[in-house]
Amino acid sequence: MYFSEHNKKGWRLLGVPFIFAIFLLAVPIATMTTLSFWTQDYLTLIKTITLDNYKQAWFQPVFQTLFARSLIISLTVTFITILFAFPIAYYISFYGGKRKALWLFLITIPFWTSYLLRMFLWKVILGYNGVLNSFFEWLGVITEPLTFLLYNSNAVVLALVHGWAPFAILPIFVSLEKIDRSLLEASNDLGDNNLSQFFRIILPLSMPGVIGAVLIIFIPCIGDYITPKLVGGPEGLMIANMIQVQFSKANNAPLAAALSVTSLLIVGIISLLFVFLNRKYLRNY
Amino acid sequence: MNKKNIRNPEKIVDLISIEKSFDKIRAVNNVSLGIKEGEFFSLLGPSGCGKTTLLRIIAGFEKPENGDVFINGKNVNSVEPNNRPTNMVFQNYAIFPHLNVSENVGYGLRNTNLNKDEIAQKIEEALNLVGLEGYHKRASSALSGGQRQRVALARALILKPRVLLLDEPLSALDKNLREQMQFELRQLQKSVGITFVLVTHDQTEALTMSDRVGVMFNGKVDQVASPEEIYNKPQTKRVASFIGNMNFFETEYLEKNSRTISVCHKDLGNIKLLKSNIFGDDKSKLTIGIRPENFKINNKNGKKQSKSFNAKVVEKSFMGDTMLYGINLGENDHHTYRISISDIKNTPSPNIGEEISVYFQEDDIVAYFEE
Repeated sequence: MYFSEHNKKGWRLLGVPFIFAIFLLAVPIATMTTLSFWTQDYLTLIKTITLDNYKQAWFQPVFQTLFARSLIISLTVTFITILFAFPIAYYISFYGGKRKALWLFLITIPFWTSYLLRMFLWKVILGYNGVLNSFFEWLGVITEPLTFLLYNSNAVVLALVHGWAPFAILPIFVSLEKIDRSLLEASNDLGDNNLSQFFRIILPLSMPGVIGAVLIIFIPCIGDYITPKLVGGPEGLMIANMIQVQFSKANNAPLAAALSVTSLLIVGIISLLFVFLNRKYLRNY
Repeated sequence: MNKKNIRNPEKIVDLISIEKSFDKIRAVNNVSLGIKEGEFFSLLGPSGCGKTTLLRIIAGFEKPENGDVFINGKNVNSVEPNNRPTNMVFQNYAIFPHLNVSENVGYGLRNTNLNKDEIAQKIEEALNLVGLEGYHKRASSALSGGQRQRVALARALILKPRVLLLDEPLSALDKNLREQMQFELRQLQKSVGITFVLVTHDQTEALTMSDRVGVMFNGKVDQVASPEEIYNKPQTKRVASFIGNMNFFETEYLEKNSRTISVCHKDLGNIKLLKSNIFGDDKSKLTIGIRPENFKINNKNGKKQSKSFNAKVVEKSFMGDTMLYGINLGENDHHTYRISISDIKNTPSPNIGEEISVYFQEDDIVAYFEE
């Protein structure tokens, strides 16, 4: 039975993705986790199992600050993005008419340039001699360029919101599209006005899209490296920047690994908790 | 209030010259229609005839371009669906998938100022009314087609609307369940005393359930009458051919008297038609219609009835309660007319190819003027 033709076919089909998953997902994570229990003395790895790296990662104020900041920035970005994305998705789905495809196409246009360039462009807009400052000076609103625009957490949030918006719009749009329009008529018929209809029908039924969007944005944002590096300044640095520093300049790969595993855990726990709390919206209708 | 906004109070729904188009296609073309308080009214017609549009105009989901809609004597042209005293059972039932049975049924009550206990009480009553006792916590995805329909009914009836609108509510059910629900819907309507307006393309449904039926074609209402009258005296040729089966014969106009018109058909002979059975504007040609069951077969040896003609049997099928025959009149006639015999025992049973003699009553004939 074990080597039946059917089984062989199954193994052949699964084989390639299985190897892929092993080498590109399981092995790196295992390596990273192992590394996080070792220590490093300049360039030599000391393979004695220890929890020292985790002690540092969890209890040193500098790392705590970075974790907290990453978390706050990521949550803020997620919240703001969803807040902007929902009305856009709503508009396209309910009022897009025959131009839905065009709207979706327009939304993907920012992806025609690389993520790096899109993040870099905020330097040009928010910088000391940037677009905004020049414009305000030309208007005569300010005499000195504003310095609070760039190189802080707010700039990071702004850039990330811009970068991730389409990823939020699309899943929300899809879940709005899936709502049977006769349900809206039924709710109207049963006495709902547009506002109560939104909260009783549209929002609960589009929650799968919202939950998807939250995860899609929250998870990569917390580990974003390039945006805080470009527009964050010292005040806007996030945990990924610290991990990079530990891996390279500080020559402390085990600590970097412990920080990485820790962020992985934080993201994993928060995401699972979020999905668990919203599980009633994820039933299959 | 001015006169324009107050209508005959007997008519719970009064539609005046309603017009509605979609992309230049006239869905509803100058329809005026009154629906009486407490009746079971059906809008019957082929798909695309505008019956659903008319229902949606009553509900408020569509705004007519012209005309007025009165409900309970009040002009509701500018009243949104959520403020109309109507509720609807949708074709696909539109059960809210994220809510359970109780939440679906009680949905509209949340928009009233009833308290929790009163709402629970009413949900209980509504579920009992439609035979879904104990289904409160059932997920809507775990309901069968028939149960979904009951939930949709309970959800609409719980608000005690003046008019309940039903959009093809039985079309999604299988045949046995459909027949059972026809009966139950009728019983329900009698017990709650609410006016029901049903849209259907199924004539059996319309005829068996309704007090009155409106038959629609191409955006126009051809006839509004009791099911018997619709069946026995269809006022237009398309109503006659849509409802049941009808054999049509083109005839020549002979003469007109005060109560009758005489016509001649080459095979049926001279026929005297009652003027009350003739419909349409006076024109040169008359098409007469005879239902299959209004043809009888003469006994071979018995005395022939007055209005008899000869025909040849070309089809024969046994339907259980009736025997259906297809007949040709004469050698060169290839049109097959239908005869339906319900008294199978006492009627001769000719075989295919046999010549028979068929008779009919002149009073049963309906006729339509045509160009």
